[in-house]
Formats: sequence, C-alpha cells, structure tokens
Amino acid sequence: MAQAAVTLEREHYEGSRIWSWITTVDHKRIGILYLMSALVFFLVGGLLALLIRTQLAVPDNTLLGPDTYNQVFTTHGIIMIFLVVMPLNAAFFNYFVPLMIGARDVAFPRMNAFSYWGFLFGSLLLLSSFIIKSAPNDGWFAYANLTTDLYSPGRNMDFYMMGLQVLGIASIAAALNFFVTIVNLRAPGMRLMRMPLFVWMTLITSVLMLLAFPSLTVGLIELMFDRYFGTNFFNPQAGGDPVLWAHLFWIFGHPEVYILILPAFGIISEILPVFARKPLFGYPFMVYSGLSIAFLSFGVWMHHMFTLGVGAVPNSVFATTTMLIAIPTGVKIFNWLGTLWGGSIEINTPLLFSVGFIAMFTIGGISGVMHAAVPVDYWQHNSYFIVAHFHYVLFGGAIMAMMGAIYYWFPKMFGRVLNDKLGQVQFWITLIGFNMTFFPMHFLGVDGMPRRIYTYPPGMGWDFWNFFETIGAYILGVSVMLLAYNIITTLLRGEAAPADPWDGRTLEWSIPSPPPVYNFAVVPSVHSRDAWWEEKQAHGTGAPAHAQPPVRGGAEEGSEGLSIHMPPPSYFPVLVALGLATVGAGMVAQIPVIVGVGMALMVISLYGWAFEPNH
Amino acid sequence: MTGRRRYLRRWIWAALGVLPVAFLSGCSFLGAGPQSADQPHADNARLIWNLFVPIFWLSVVVFVIVEGILLVAVVRFRRRPGQPMPQPIHGNTKLEIAWTLLPALILAVIAVPTISGIATLAQNPGPSAMTIRVIGQQWWWAFEYPDTGVVVADELHVPEGQTVRLELTSRDVIHSFWVPQLAGKQDAVPGRTNFINFKADTPGEYDGQCAEFCGAQHAHMLFRVFVDTPAQFQAWVQSQEKFPATPASGTAAAAGEQLFMSGACIGCHTINGTKAQGTIGPNLTHFGSRTLIAGGVLSNTPQNLEAWIHDAPGIKPGQASAQGASPGHNQIVMPAFPNYTPDQLSQLAAYLESLK
Repeated sequence: MAQAAVTLEREHYEGSRIWSWITTVDHKRIGILYLMSALVFFLVGGLLALLIRTQLAVPDNTLLGPDTYNQVFTTHGIIMIFLVVMPLNAAFFNYFVPLMIGARDVAFPRMNAFSYWGFLFGSLLLLSSFIIKSAPNDGWFAYANLTTDLYSPGRNMDFYMMGLQVLGIASIAAALNFFVTIVNLRAPGMRLMRMPLFVWMTLITSVLMLLAFPSLTVGLIELMFDRYFGTNFFNPQAGGDPVLWAHLFWIFGHPEVYILILPAFGIISEILPVFARKPLFGYPFMVYSGLSIAFLSFGVWMHHMFTLGVGAVPNSVFATTTMLIAIPTGVKIFNWLGTLWGGSIEINTPLLFSVGFIAMFTIGGISGVMHAAVPVDYWQHNSYFIVAHFHYVLFGGAIMAMMGAIYYWFPKMFGRVLNDKLGQVQFWITLIGFNMTFFPMHFLGVDGMPRRIYTYPPGMGWDFWNFFETIGAYILGVSVMLLAYNIITTLLRGEAAPADPWDGRTLEWSIPSPPPVYNFAVVPSVHSRDAWWEEKQAHGTGAPAHAQPPVRGGAEEGSEGLSIHMPPPSYFPVLVALGLATVGAGMVAQIPVIVGVGMALMVISLYGWAFEPNH
Repeated sequence: MTGRRRYLRRWIWAALGVLPVAFLSGCSFLGAGPQSADQPHADNARLIWNLFVPIFWLSVVVFVIVEGILLVAVVRFRRRPGQPMPQPIHGNTKLEIAWTLLPALILAVIAVPTISGIATLAQNPGPSAMTIRVIGQQWWWAFEYPDTGVVVADELHVPEGQTVRLELTSRDVIHSFWVPQLAGKQDAVPGRTNFINFKADTPGEYDGQCAEFCGAQHAHMLFRVFVDTPAQFQAWVQSQEKFPATPASGTAAAAGEQLFMSGACIGCHTINGTKAQGTIGPNLTHFGSRTLIAGGVLSNTPQNLEAWIHDAPGIKPGQASAQGASPGHNQIVMPAFPNYTPDQLSQLAAYLESLK
C-alpha cells in the first residue's frame, strides 16, 4: 500500500528531472534548492575572503589593486549576507517550518517558488557584474554620496541597486508566505506557545523582514533616481543629505542583522534539547526575549552612525537602546546554558556546533556592548575591532548554527547521515581557523587599523597579526572543504537514515527520511510542546503508527480511501522571477527595451499564474 | 574517577589554561604602533581609553563566567552509558528574573559614564579653544587656521596644553578624521560641520588616516599631527604666515619656479605671494617644510616628489572602469605629467623643496 502510494507519487511528479525541479512548488524541494545555492555562494564568498586575506597578509602588497580589492570586499559582504546566510535561513524555514507545525506545505506554494527563483536570478544579476569587472565596490552598506554617479561613475553600483531590489522583493514575498503559513496552517492543537522555538523565530524574522525591507527599497529607489534621473536626494551641493541614506539603510540594516541571527537562535534552541535530552529551558522567556529583540531592533539603528555627528542627544538615546537590546539576548544565552545544565549530553557534530555557537556569539555580544559605549565607539567604529565583532556574531554565530543545522537536519532532508567523525574534525578545524582569523582583529582595532583599506604601510605594528589571520583564513578554507567533502560523499554513498536518528522532539522526526511529498499521511493532533517527544512517551518509542493511505496527486479525483491533494507544479513562478530579473538587468544596462520585455514577461506570467487551474 | 576521565580532565584544564594566555598575549603586541589607541596623549583619547578599560575587565569577568559554565556543563553532563533520562526541567522564573536584572544593572553602570562621556566630548570648549578647519577630499586633508590665515595640507600643527577645536567637513564624499592617540573619530560629511575637541599633553608626532570608506584610495588618505610646545607652535605659525623667499636666479629652483608658474600647476595650487592661486589641490606655500606629501602617503623627498609629479595617478590609481572619466570621479584629480624631462622634474622639485 505504501509502495503503491510512492509509485503514484513518482508517476505524477516526474517529467524530465530538471523540469520537475524548475516547476516544483514543494516546500521541501525549494528548501533543497535554497540550501544548495547558498552553499555554492558560500564557496564564492569564501574565495573572496581568501583574496582579501592574501592581499592583507603583508604590508604594501600588490596582489590586488585598489579597485579590485574594493570590489572584492564589497561583494564578499553582500554575498555572505544576502546570498549565504539569508538563503540558508530560507532553506531551513522552507523545509522544516511546515513539518514542525504539521502542515503539508506553505500557504502559497507558487509564491514560495517565486521567492527562490527571484533569489537565484537576483544573485546571478549581482554576480554577473564580475564578468564585466564592475562588481559593486562601495561597501555593502554603500554610503551616499560616494554611491552617486558623480563619484561612482561605473556600472558597479547599478548592479548593487538592481540586484538588491530583486533580492528584496523575493525576500518580502517569502516573509509574507511564512507569516501566513505559521499563523494559519498549524496542526490542530498547536497553539502558539506549543510551537517549536524555530517556528517562533521564523515568525518573528518574517515580521522583521516585512517591516525592514521597505526602508531599503525606498533608499535604493532614491539612489536610483539620483543615479539615473538627476535627482538630488543625497547630493549636498543641491540641498540633499548623504546622512539620509545612512538612516534609510540602517533602519533596514539593523533589523537585517537580527533577521540573520534569529533563525540561528531558533536552530540552537532545537538542537540543544535533543542532544541534552532535556526540554528547552525557559521556553516562554525564549519567546518573549525573541519578541523583545525584534521590537527593540527597530530602535537601535543609529548605533551604526555614532560618528556621523547627528548629535549628543540621539547618540545617548541610541546608546541606551543598544544596551537594552543586550538584555534579552543575554537571557537567551543563559537559557541555553540552563538547557545543557543537568542534561545527558551526547557529544556529536550538531551539538558541538551549537556549543561553539554559544561560545563565539557570547564574544561577539561582548564586543557589541563595547561599541554601545559611544565614546569607545569613536575609537572602535570603522576599525578592525568592528570587523572582529560582526564576524564573531555572523560566522561564529550564524554560520556555525547553519553548520550545526546541516548536520542535524541532513538525515531528514536527504535520507542519509553525514559522517559524524569527520564532522567533529571539521568542527574543531572551523573553531581553530575561525578564532585565528578573527580574534586578533580586536588587537588590530586597538592598534588603530581602519577597515576597508586595500593595503597598509609597514611599521604600523599591524604586520604580524595580519599574517597570522591569513593563515587562520586558509585553515577555515580547509574546514569548508571538509564540509563540502562530507556532503558530497554522503549524498553519493552515505549511511541511510531512519525517520528519527536523534530521538528527536519535534514533528519532522515523526515522518520518514526523506518525507513523502505530502509530509503527513494524517495531519497530527498536538497536545503539548515537543509534540513528537510527548507522543513517543505516551505510545512508547518507535516508528509512527500512522496508516499510509494511497495518494493521488494533482487533479485526479478518486474514491478509494483517503486522497491527499498536493499543489501541482507550475512554471509561472520561475517566469515571473525571470521577468523581474530582466527588468533589473535592463535597468543596469540602461536599455529600455529589455526593461519592457521583462515587465511584459512579468505581467503575462502573473496573469497566467492568477488564472492557473486547480489550485 | 576513572583513569580515562582524569586524562580528559587534564586536557581540558590545559586548554583552558593555554587559551587565555594565547589570546592575552596579543596584549603584549599592543601599543606597538603610531596609531595604537591604548597610548592616549590628549584628554579626548584618554577619556575614551579610560572608559574602555573598566568595560574590558567587566567583559573578562562575564566571559569567564559564561564560557566557564558552558564548558563545565558540557564536560560534567556528558552522557554516560546507562544514564537515565535527565529531569525534564522546564525553567525557573526566579533565575529568569535574576539573569534579566543583573545584566540590566551592569549595563546601567556602563551607561552612566557613557552618556556623561558623550556630553563631555560634545561640549563646545568656548573662545579659549583654537579653531582649525579640517576639509577632507578625495584623497587628502586640507587644514585651515582661520585666526592666522595659514593653509596647509597633510600635516597639522597644534600646541600642547591648549584645547583645539576641529571643524570637520568634506568637499566631496563622507570621510572620517581619526588620529587615535589624540581623539576619537568624527566623520567629515559634505554639507555639514562636525567637531572634535582635544587638548594634547605630550609633544610629538601622531599619525592618523581617513576612517570612512571614500573610494579607490581610501587606504591612502593619511595625515600627521605635530603637537608642538607653545614656543615651537608660535615659531611654526610665524614661518607659515610669511611669503616664501624667491629662489636666487640661475639656480635649479629658479628654473623650477619658471616651470611651475607657466605650467598647469597654478590651475590647482596656491603659493602665497605668487600668481599661483588655484584652490583645487593642496596649498603648497611652505611645501618644503612638510614631512609628507601626496595625501600623507610619501615622505617629502625630491625623489618621491619627482615621481609624484611625473605620474600621480600611477602612484594613487583610481577606479579602473572609470578610465577616461573626468578626474575627481573616483580618480585622483592630479594628472600625470609625462612630458616633463628628468631635468625639468628635478628643477620643479628643487623649487618646491625651497619653499621652507
């Protein structure tokens, strides 16, 4: 019976394999697409990092000229934020939020696909700038008025504007989707305070995205008007103000960093209880602190602007709010410690990465509090001290959490378990390489080295640590290679995974690895937090005792047993995304015909999407 | 305790012992350079460092406690074979309150000197302070003394023991004026004026550089501050206010003066008392008395100067894709002068170096 169900499923969804991936609206496949894309972009961003570190290894180096270096560090930042951490978050939102809430898919499956393709095409638009050696080169936060056409006359910042607009639209669509999914599609009995914390963090992150991205959108539109149509939003010679850009950008940019880290907080909160065999300590406080952080994150943006001279009063206010936001963040760290304390901890790769996360993120949080002490920031701002801080929270924090998530959730996604021994080695090499690369940046900050400089003279006292950091960066490169090796070899011939390899607590472990297209044969009924764990305790351990009815996909009507209708594949999302990216490309190239073609494609495809039958 | 566990414990203690030593050893490398912020020599930089140090030690305590608990938890509560399921503790409200209030208290303690520090640094020191205008532009710094009319570039002289008030602005994009041993940075923003006040307490030379990414040669927008004794400062001002002496006729310097005054130079540069009154590039009136040239990037030697005049864009290259765009658009403004012969270059250098 189960076999027949599987066969039916295959017959319906297999056309050509590639076409089935291009037209998929299955949240699990979309999650895998995000994951694989993000990992490839991680390699690109990592290569750029190695170029930076190699150029800075010795003083007065000539490996990269100033223009190349400026493109390299700018795109390194843009890629790591928008093409790596955000899609990694999206990968896990996509794959696991529906599973964790007992749903069969997200609220808007086609829009979900559109978000992925929009992300991919926006990323390709951005990266295509390298082909003509005009990658964005004014830093990832692109301060005006350097970015106006007067001071950045090439195409570089046009790619930045259009690439980020396309990515932004894709992100806003995804945020809407996950918000509605979590609010509306929870299984019966899954009240908000019974949701896994990862789902809570996804919900909060989605709200942040919906509220923060529009500020960036507005800023980019104003920049576009300044660059293309002769307006003067940011031109002080004509009454504009470059500080306006800083406000618009950071009103987005600060919530953005919480968008980057909250999902990681959610992941850690899932992994620790499983491997400590204890429930998450202080679940309600973890929820409230997440909500507080999200709320406060809109009130701290000016801490990126303390030296712009906005004034002593705003500086004092934002120093205070920035210190305030440290409090709920600390609460989370203590609750993770409380989860571990008194547990029965299995030391494996996901657990190690989670512990590493707590350790490294704490360091990043501490340096963050130092920056909040405004006079100290007058020294630390734009120095390597800041570079240290954000790498501790973004790499030591978000990326380590993502690596942990990969090891934790790989069995469910691919039906195979990553090699744990290799994973543990990979963890230690990551930890060592990471700290070698980024801890000494605190010292360089004390020694007065500014950021974003393509070279430095000898005799500043910076030589030793720069060289040391470069060695650390190469060690990090080795660890990433090990991760890639582990993933590839496991996909090819890895050990098969059972449904519940970790004795997990949440609903994704109650279904096969990988899950059938319909996820749950019978929608689960939830009675508490840690729904799967409680079900196992009640029924004894073992595989789910649900019956497997036959499945009919698509439009077929059937009367034999239960029929689960899953949304059929569609090519409209990829076409709309292609149209959007074409508009962006046409704007960059300043060829109106291409813009017109892109818009036409979008409109026609949206029409087709709206009237597509059987959804 | 089993032998294996004892062995493991020893390694963990060793690691715990080595790591902080390894990291704190970094401290021994600190203070090594001319821009090291832990060597303050003015009230402004000192306020900053004195605020940082207690926060640092507080951080060390927090770090040791948090990381310590983490490490102890992972070691002490490792799963042992046959171990029963641990108690499913869901939380502890008293703990939650405690670890919310205690950090809040610590932060309040940090907030008080922070806000008072902001106010102190922002305070207008009043008419007793010496005002100096600092104008950032791609990629060099101009300094103007409104009281005396002195205009210089790349290097700034200030007297020890008197508060100096810098008025910062920019002619093009956002820059940032940072001389770590004397003061915290403030940005030089086009269209507005920001202020840095400091009173230096030790004569000497202090290096600084632009600290806000400002285009291709951001890395090479350097400057130097000379803190003079009051007597030295007076002497410097007096020499700057004079017109430079005309070179004796027949010398290389005189030939250089001819070349300068009949060439493109006067379109961009000012030399007081001559027909060179251009305002696009640095004022060169007492060029010969400076230690740095080219936006602080090269020492002021005839050799460097000749190379600079010959091909400034080669020494400070701009954005490649804007090749052929008008100067100033992410390209250095000073053009190359490939047509000067080596003799002409050495004459120009001789003239400029004669402007003491």
